Amino acid sequence: MADLHFELVTPERLLRSEDVHMVVVPGTEGDFGVLAGHAPVMSTIRNGELAVYRTAGAEPERIAIEGGFAEVNEKGLTVLAEKADVPA
Amino acid sequence: MASLKALKNRISSVKSTQKITKAMKMVAAAKLRRAQMAAEAARPYSERMAGVMASLAGKITPGPQSPKLLAGTGNDQVHLLVVCTSDRGLAGGFNSNIVRAARRKAEDLQRQGKTVYFYLVGRKGRAPIARLFPRQIVHQYDTSGIRQVGFADAQAIANDIVERYTTDGIDVVHLFYARFRSALVQEPMAQQIIPVQPAESAANDSGAGVPPAVEYEPDEEEILAELLPRNLSVQIFRALLENAASEQGSRMTAMDNATRNAGDMINRLTIEYNRTRQAAITKELIEIISGAEAL
Repeated sequence: MADLHFELVTPERLLRSEDVHMVVVPGTEGDFGVLAGHAPVMSTIRNGELAVYRTAGAEPERIAIEGGFAEVNEKGLTVLAEKADVPA
Repeated sequence: MASLKALKNRISSVKSTQKITKAMKMVAAAKLRRAQMAAEAARPYSERMAGVMASLAGKITPGPQSPKLLAGTGNDQVHLLVVCTSDRGLAGGFNSNIVRAARRKAEDLQRQGKTVYFYLVGRKGRAPIARLFPRQIVHQYDTSGIRQVGFADAQAIANDIVERYTTDGIDVVHLFYARFRSALVQEPMAQQIIPVQPAESAANDSGAGVPPAVEYEPDEEEILAELLPRNLSVQIFRALLENAASEQGSRMTAMDNATRNAGDMINRLTIEYNRTRQAAITKELIEIISGAEAL
């Protein structure tokens, strides 16, 4: 299966733009996982952690984010977060 | 003709001015690079945001129940002009261009019988606007302590504006800033931020045919209610970043010109100095020779 194109953007800069296996997004109405080919969704997010799975079964990378929203469209997943802590 | 001493003083004073303008130019060049990078780094976010806003706004028909930030108050009697300037001068026409654009708009609106208020960001817009519209400045947001514009500042400004919008009976909000085109060209821009102007969403929709069904979580209205203030912050943030880059670009050009002018002036003064010196020597020689001849 093709990989999911994942972008994490904050007002200051574009933090991530890469192809991953799956991302779990902390939506306001519950976490949801996004795989490639996910139906289009737009959701606000609560403060929490994004879990980025690079490959199936791999240990997820966790990114703390604050406020914002996530959009899934045919191109992939875009997370617009107000703040994000990316470990260097 | 000025004395040698006076010319010498003049030259050294112009030289030290030139040193200052040269240093300012180099500082501005370094800051410009950073400001430009910051402005470019922020672009993806505002672009995505604009895209999302457009697709959302296209789906919701403005009605009485829709949020005020999107649909407006239904009036356009009271206008708030948000004027973003810098805190420091010596940046060529940067601040005066922005202020001029705002002033034109204000005069235009007043001629149509509208009420105009000003919300100032940065220090340099205050004096000229206070002179022309002394009673219409509602607030000045102080940016003098900020070294690098952060999103938090933009958010604070946006919140402040939204609060005034809801409580002070303001109908339309315009934003004035200088868009950064290049180090040489900065355009003063006027942009209406409240109510949101319908983007080119209509064009996109008709071209793309039926847009894919998107699920909203929570529903459209709630997302929109959250998105609108955020969109405002993003717009202001972008304006501030563009402004920062424009300011440095403008200062760099202005200081480059100043340095060059100082150089020209030094050349002219040096020539004059040498001529005067030679004239003095010639005069002395003539005096000696005619003295010797008289003997």
